[in-house]
Amino acid sequence: MSAKEDNPLLDEFTRKEYEFGFTTDIEADKVPPGLNEDVIRLISAKKEEPQWMLDWRLQAFEVWNTMEEPDWAHVNYTKPDYQAISYYSAPKSKVPLGSLDEVDPELRATMDKLGISTEEQKRLSGVAVDFVMDSVSVATSFKDKLAELGIIFCSMSEAIKEHPELVRKHLGTVVPVKDNFFSALNSAVFTDGSFCYIPKGSRCPMELSTYFRINEAGTGQFERTLLIAEEGSYVSYLEGCTAPQRDENQLHAAVVELIAKDDAEIKYSTVQNWYPGDAEGKGGVFNFVTKRGICETRAKISWTQVETGSAVTWKYPSCILKGDGSVGEFYSVAVTNNAQQADTGTKMVHLGANTHSTIISKGISAGNSQNSYRGLVQMGPRARNARNFSQCDSLLMTDTSGAHTFPYIESKHPTAQVEHEATTSKIGEDQIFYCLQRGLTEEQAIGLIVNGYAKEVLNKLPMEFAVEARKLLTISLEGSVG
Amino acid sequence: MLKIVNLHARIGDTEILKGLTLELGAGKVHAIMGPNGSGKSTLASILAGRDEYEVTEGSITFEGVDLLELDATERAVAGIFLAFQYPVEIPGVSNINFLRTAINSIREQREEGPLSGKDFLAKVKACAQLVELDGKLRDRSVNEGFSGGEKKRNEIFQMAMLEPKLAILDETDSGLDIDALRIVSHGVNTMRDPNRSFLVITHYQRLLDHIVPDHVHVLAGGRIVHSGGKELALELEKKGYDWILDAQAEKA
Repeated sequence: MSAKEDNPLLDEFTRKEYEFGFTTDIEADKVPPGLNEDVIRLISAKKEEPQWMLDWRLQAFEVWNTMEEPDWAHVNYTKPDYQAISYYSAPKSKVPLGSLDEVDPELRATMDKLGISTEEQKRLSGVAVDFVMDSVSVATSFKDKLAELGIIFCSMSEAIKEHPELVRKHLGTVVPVKDNFFSALNSAVFTDGSFCYIPKGSRCPMELSTYFRINEAGTGQFERTLLIAEEGSYVSYLEGCTAPQRDENQLHAAVVELIAKDDAEIKYSTVQNWYPGDAEGKGGVFNFVTKRGICETRAKISWTQVETGSAVTWKYPSCILKGDGSVGEFYSVAVTNNAQQADTGTKMVHLGANTHSTIISKGISAGNSQNSYRGLVQMGPRARNARNFSQCDSLLMTDTSGAHTFPYIESKHPTAQVEHEATTSKIGEDQIFYCLQRGLTEEQAIGLIVNGYAKEVLNKLPMEFAVEARKLLTISLEGSVG
Repeated sequence: MLKIVNLHARIGDTEILKGLTLELGAGKVHAIMGPNGSGKSTLASILAGRDEYEVTEGSITFEGVDLLELDATERAVAGIFLAFQYPVEIPGVSNINFLRTAINSIREQREEGPLSGKDFLAKVKACAQLVELDGKLRDRSVNEGFSGGEKKRNEIFQMAMLEPKLAILDETDSGLDIDALRIVSHGVNTMRDPNRSFLVITHYQRLLDHIVPDHVHVLAGGRIVHSGGKELALELEKKGYDWILDAQAEKA
């Protein structure tokens, strides 16, 4: 745990608030349910956006209206009623709880196990508390440091106001509005998100995490992230946190766009732990995310994700390897338990010559859950000597869970090489008994075995994040062997 | 130290142990021999707390405690160690990390503080030397890609690290060449101690040339049918089991 003590950054981002405790007396700040042009105008007006941004949203809304919700994923859920959702609600309008005793005891137990201090727990749970540390000033000092290097890291709303030329030039260039149903919806109604700009030749000196963004607006539901790394720059970005996040909003449709210019490198790490619902999956979050990055010449984008939350996950962080010699990586651990469903994977689109991609996907299915890997490796007509290596492993914890692999490979260049390996295994009672006989508890045994299985991916996470992610895996699978 | 009285156990509908009685004193090495399918490995599994087996009758007490009341982890904490006939591979978990987790888990359950990194490493070094386990094997994933002999040496290495009161060796000699047999036996002999008992399950007398037992028992048909000193093993080697089984049949 020394990593945690040594790292105030980690300490800070684990305190990220989650939306818990919304009550009905906040109507004043909430747009009535439903989606139409007026609602979009209202969102844009509330955020004091320029005309071009409003026009962009309205156009997206028009596109969305012509689209159908996709149903090709290996998941089963009742489609949300898009006219029953409220598309804007001011954050911070929650009523604080009186004490920790009012917090869901299960949630508290989980936080205890994650080693989150009482003080942090209060904050995470929305209990009224006098902050010992002024988080705003902490964040500001980081921001000053970044500003010295010319790095911009702010909320999307702020970026639209302060850096309109950068936003306008890049927004929607990697994930076009009409890319899919959810990206179109997000483009029309996104409330906030992160914006990050790394100037030419800069190496961002710290892991950027969403927590440090001084961001008064809630970003949960329709988050929009844009990250631009100019020539020869480097940035590592962390998203999410290991503490369980509850949200009143059932539908989450985020869009993340990464742009890595020549020789730039972006490392994007996610820990997703949205509320998965009860044992039947009731009340859990639908997480329908579009994440994509584009790599120019010799650029590199690396996606690492640990997905443990949400009732339904639909997520394919992808790389368009446009420039010659560019590199794409995807490392994923997806855990599903109880009634959770995940359909996740990646797309590696090799356009340039000598482009390389690596896919390591580790699925873990427990309870009655369904866990699918879906991946596309595409070698374009110019992709001379392009290479891909994919390894997709599935670990079953129970007889009632499912693991599925849907690899798609398209190659239009004779010199391109694609390798795909896949395994499915069941967690062995022999393995568990072996651990128990050596004095481990069942919980420790499962933690050890699962973390060993997912090691290749966990090792790709920034160190302090990895420590928490390991614990999270163990906790997510507690009591799940059968 | 260990007292088994009239033990009956089955897996599914098949009764495997049919009234086994056996007593082990502290500091003694007991060997159990017997034909295939007599229930030797079942006995080892039941002592270690594997729950596929159902004990239908009889009792097991270990240092005065009802062993059947303890789960597998609690038995390990109480000081019971099983060297597996087929050691299990755990990919991605280093041998060292595994052992450290095990030792500290046991210590925690015994309400002792965790072993310091320095003490742990010193112990690793000493125990690894005992069974000539090189550094690479210590750092590799548990048993993954180990040869048969390496796996067995790794079991004895773990035994040395965990310092059990009762060590059960389930056919540790199977699949060992002469050199590995010598190394494993040396490890076990070094561990012999007035406070530590061994239950050595084997098919072959050759292991008992190296690990000389105080007592030899013959397990057949789910019961101990004959017991004797170390010379019994030699006799069995020469004459097989039939004469004992025949004598049994006559008695019956």
